[in-house]
Amino acid sequence: MRTVDASVISETVAGLCIEAATVLEEDIEEALHKARDHEESPVGKEILTQLLQNAEIAKRNKIPMCQDTGIVVALVEIGQEVVITGGNLYEAIAQGVRKGYQKGYLRKSVVNNPIERKNTNDNTPPVVHYKIVPGDALRITILPKGAGSENMSALKMLKPADGIDGVIKFVLDTVKAAGPNACPPLTVGVGIGGTMEKAALMAKEALTRPLGQRHPLPFIAELEQVLEEKLNALGIGPMGLGGRITVLAVHIEVFATHIASLPVAVNLNCHACRHKTAVL
Amino acid sequence: MDVISITTPLNEETILNLRVGQRVLLNGKLFTARDAAHKKMIDLIRQKKPLPIDVRNQIIYYVGPTPAPPGRPVGAAGPTTAGRMDSYAPELIALGLKGMIGKGYRSPEVIEAMQKYKAVYFAAVGGAGALLSQCIQEVELIAYPELGPEAIYQFTVKNFPVIVANDIYGGDLYRDGQKTYAINC
Repeated sequence: MRTVDASVISETVAGLCIEAATVLEEDIEEALHKARDHEESPVGKEILTQLLQNAEIAKRNKIPMCQDTGIVVALVEIGQEVVITGGNLYEAIAQGVRKGYQKGYLRKSVVNNPIERKNTNDNTPPVVHYKIVPGDALRITILPKGAGSENMSALKMLKPADGIDGVIKFVLDTVKAAGPNACPPLTVGVGIGGTMEKAALMAKEALTRPLGQRHPLPFIAELEQVLEEKLNALGIGPMGLGGRITVLAVHIEVFATHIASLPVAVNLNCHACRHKTAVL
Repeated sequence: MDVISITTPLNEETILNLRVGQRVLLNGKLFTARDAAHKKMIDLIRQKKPLPIDVRNQIIYYVGPTPAPPGRPVGAAGPTTAGRMDSYAPELIALGLKGMIGKGYRSPEVIEAMQKYKAVYFAAVGGAGALLSQCIQEVELIAYPELGPEAIYQFTVKNFPVIVANDIYGGDLYRDGQKTYAINC
C-alpha cells in the first residue's frame, strides 16, 4: 500500500493545467514542422509558420497558446494499492484546476449548468474519468478541451452491416462538417466498439497517445493510415483555408462490442492537441 | 501575394480593393465582441436604442481573451468561431460595420450582407492566441464589464496579421482554397 496526499495531487494538477495551456508537446511541434514542409498551399504554409511561432511565444512568455483554455478533462489511473490521504480525490483535482487557472492567468470558460449558463469563475468543475489499475502509481492526464474542436466531435451507433466502410464514411463526414471550426490540422481520436459511452471515452483517450504511434493491431493500424490519407485528400487544409494537411494523425481505440452494435465516436482535437501527464 | 498594411477605420476605397487571399496587417483600433455582447447589441437595435459603440467603418474582432498577466495589456487573444455570430452580423453590417475578424465559415446571409453593404471578413489563425496578443498594444474596456472576457473592448493593434476570407465580390477563400487542394478518390 502507498499513500498519496491530496495536496500533492492539487499541486500536480495545477501545474499540469498551466503547462498544457502554455507548452506545446514536443511530438506535436515536430509534426507541425513536418506539416509545414509538406504543405503545398502558400496560405497553409504561412498558417503553420504562425502556429509554430505562436508555440514559441507562448512558451517563452508563459502565456496560453490559445485564449480558449478549455474545460478540464482529467483521465486518472489509480493503482489499486494507492490510498489518498488528507482529502478526497475529486476535490483535490478540482482544487488543482482552480489554482492552476487562477495562477496561470487562464480563461475561466465553465458555466454552472447548460441551461442557466452562469460562469463558475474558477473553471471548475472538471470532467474526471477514473480507472482502477494494478500497481501503486497514480497517473493523471489533463486535457484542457476547447469548444472549437469539442463541439464538432460526434458519435453514431452504426449497424454491423455498415462495416469498415461505414466507419470510414462517418469519420470523413465528421471532419468535413468540422471544416475550419476545429482548428485544423487536427488530431482525430476514434473509438470503435463497446457501448455508447465506452466509444466516446476511447475516442478521448486516443487523443493522448504519442502522435502518430500506431495501434498494436495491424488491421487497426492500417485503418488509421487509410483514414489519414483520405482525410488529407479532403483539401480542407490548415484552418480550413485549403491545403494538403488536414490532419496530423488519426488514433483509433477499439473494444469488444455487442453482436448487434457498431458504435463509433470521433473526438477532434485542434492542432495543439493539448494534454499533459504526471505520474505520482 | 504581398502583404499589405491597412489602418482602421476602414474606408470604402480600401474595401473595394480587397480580394480573397490577400494577406493584411491591421493597424489602429478594433472592437471586440462575441456571443453575449452581440446578443445585447441586437436587442438594443430591435428596441431602437443606441448601441454602446458606433460600428460605422469599424472592425469587430470575435475574441474572448485570457486574463492579462502582469505587465501585459491582454493575455492570449486568438479568434473564435465566427459562425456563432452569423445570426447577428447582418444587422450590424447594415448599420455600417465594415469588417469582422474570426475563424471559420460565414453563412450565406452574412456573405450576402457583406456584398450588399460592402464589408469584408478577415480570418485570423485560430489557436495563435499568444502570437496575436503580441500585436495588441492597448486594451480599453468599452461596455458590458459584467461579461468578463466577453465584454466589449477596444484593442489598439499593430501589424495584426489576417487574411481576407470573404470579399465584397462574393469571393470565399474557404470554398476556393479547399476546392484547389481536394483530391477526388
